[in-house]
Amino acid sequence: MTITSLLIANRGEIAVRIIRAARELGIKTVQVYSDADAEMLAVRLADAAVNIGPPQAAKSYLNVEAIVAAAISSGVDAIHPGYGFLSENAVFADAVDAAGLTFVGPSADTIRLLGDKVSARLVAQKAGVPTVPGSDGRIEDIDAARTLVERIGYPVLVKAAAGGGGRGIRAISNRQEFERLVPQAAAEAQSAFGDGGLYVEKLIGRARHVEVQILGDGQDVIHCFERECSLQRRRQKVWEEAPAATLPEKIRNELCASAVALAKSVGYRGAGTAEYLYDEETQAFYFIEMNTRIQVEHPVTELVTGIDLVREMIRIAGGAPLRFKQHEIKVSGHAIECRINAEDPYKNFMPFPGRVSAMSLPGGPGVRFDTMLYPGYEIPPFYDSLLGKLVVWDEDRPAALDRMGRALGELKIDGVATTVPLHQALVADKAVRAAEVHTKFLEQWLEDEPLGEDQQREVAG
Amino acid sequence: MASKQILSPLPGTFYRKPAPDQPNYKQDGDALAEGDVIGLIEVMKTFNEVKAEFGGTVVKFLIENEDPVMAGQPLVEVDG
Repeated sequence: MTITSLLIANRGEIAVRIIRAARELGIKTVQVYSDADAEMLAVRLADAAVNIGPPQAAKSYLNVEAIVAAAISSGVDAIHPGYGFLSENAVFADAVDAAGLTFVGPSADTIRLLGDKVSARLVAQKAGVPTVPGSDGRIEDIDAARTLVERIGYPVLVKAAAGGGGRGIRAISNRQEFERLVPQAAAEAQSAFGDGGLYVEKLIGRARHVEVQILGDGQDVIHCFERECSLQRRRQKVWEEAPAATLPEKIRNELCASAVALAKSVGYRGAGTAEYLYDEETQAFYFIEMNTRIQVEHPVTELVTGIDLVREMIRIAGGAPLRFKQHEIKVSGHAIECRINAEDPYKNFMPFPGRVSAMSLPGGPGVRFDTMLYPGYEIPPFYDSLLGKLVVWDEDRPAALDRMGRALGELKIDGVATTVPLHQALVADKAVRAAEVHTKFLEQWLEDEPLGEDQQREVAG
Repeated sequence: MASKQILSPLPGTFYRKPAPDQPNYKQDGDALAEGDVIGLIEVMKTFNEVKAEFGGTVVKFLIENEDPVMAGQPLVEVDG
């Protein structure tokens, strides 16, 4: 049952990306849109478009009934959920299935199993994938906690089982601190939550965020190597690379094999990403979660492997087996992606919706810009601030950094503030160039105020 | 007493309450002091408080909870 027509249940740059992949496969596209998105690029590019409701996402892009109804009325045979919105919603996947349509992604049961962090952790453990060491649920008493901590080693975090909002959490780096702080944490948890129960987790200090791209067809699973996404602000990735620059070859092989083992253990079908924390000091990696969809940063993997992940996931959804064997997947060169957001980096990343008065896009060798912008486009305030992803490829990381600097210099988006100046500062930063980064690096770096007001340029009208 | 309007400073989605399970910041007929929060506006997934620039009495909200709003659109009528 090859897919012949596809409804895109998303918006913005990823909707454009999916339409392009579908068109290359000869598949007709139907784009859904909210009242605020009638003028978006994906609507202009698609073969047909269907309005699904008011601007608020809850009433449009998150409205399962409206989207399934749009798919039925337009006669498509499949739905691509993109990322965010309903992409990891098992109820939606069930509804698509119940309507006799194909969901471009894994089964609803797989989404359910891997979407819950506790059950995903259990799946990982069963598949032999390392997870952040800690107690299986709450600790019974201080003696049991001491035994566990002596086994997994310091530093650890002791957290209130009933906790939240940062209360009842203690970072503990040795035995003395343990004896002093654990009773305190229990007392604080008791008074704050009426429950003194604690659990223990190993503290992964200066960790890097690495993740493995996988593709499965329900029978076989392959990996397309890893990405590194350590540059984050408020847990949002802002810059991603492939491959991870400092990962030793032996660790890379173990990491990628673990993601394949996890995905195989659930008969994974579609594109997915296993996310890990990597402790460079001990060379240990720990599974944190599985994303059962295409990810924002998928282009860096596409540029180093030459595989079009969005096309492959559509082919797989249409019933085709994997077209590649593991040994055919090779990494060549280095790719970097900068997320270009409508935010003012000089004003604490304040969102900046508005009209793009004019724009000039970078080009030349090894440059790709996935975007939904066009001159005159009015960026609505109702959705996230991602405008596009500037992605470069070059033969190695230093060359890719220079190419990114060159491309950022060519990118002009007038009328709104963007995060381009942040990326220009990062490209030139000594620690970034040396790949000496971790998940807390960017927030610390921003606190040190590298984006001085004196460098600020007026937002061109 | 002259009737004045508080205008939306931003485009986005307007919320009359701090969280779905909590009461509205202000009801029609409530007294309003300068600096009181009258609602939230969500712009690109960030939440911004809207504060009264003057005091008085809330005559009428001109917008429903979770309605889309344009910058400069009247939010509430105030007798001040």
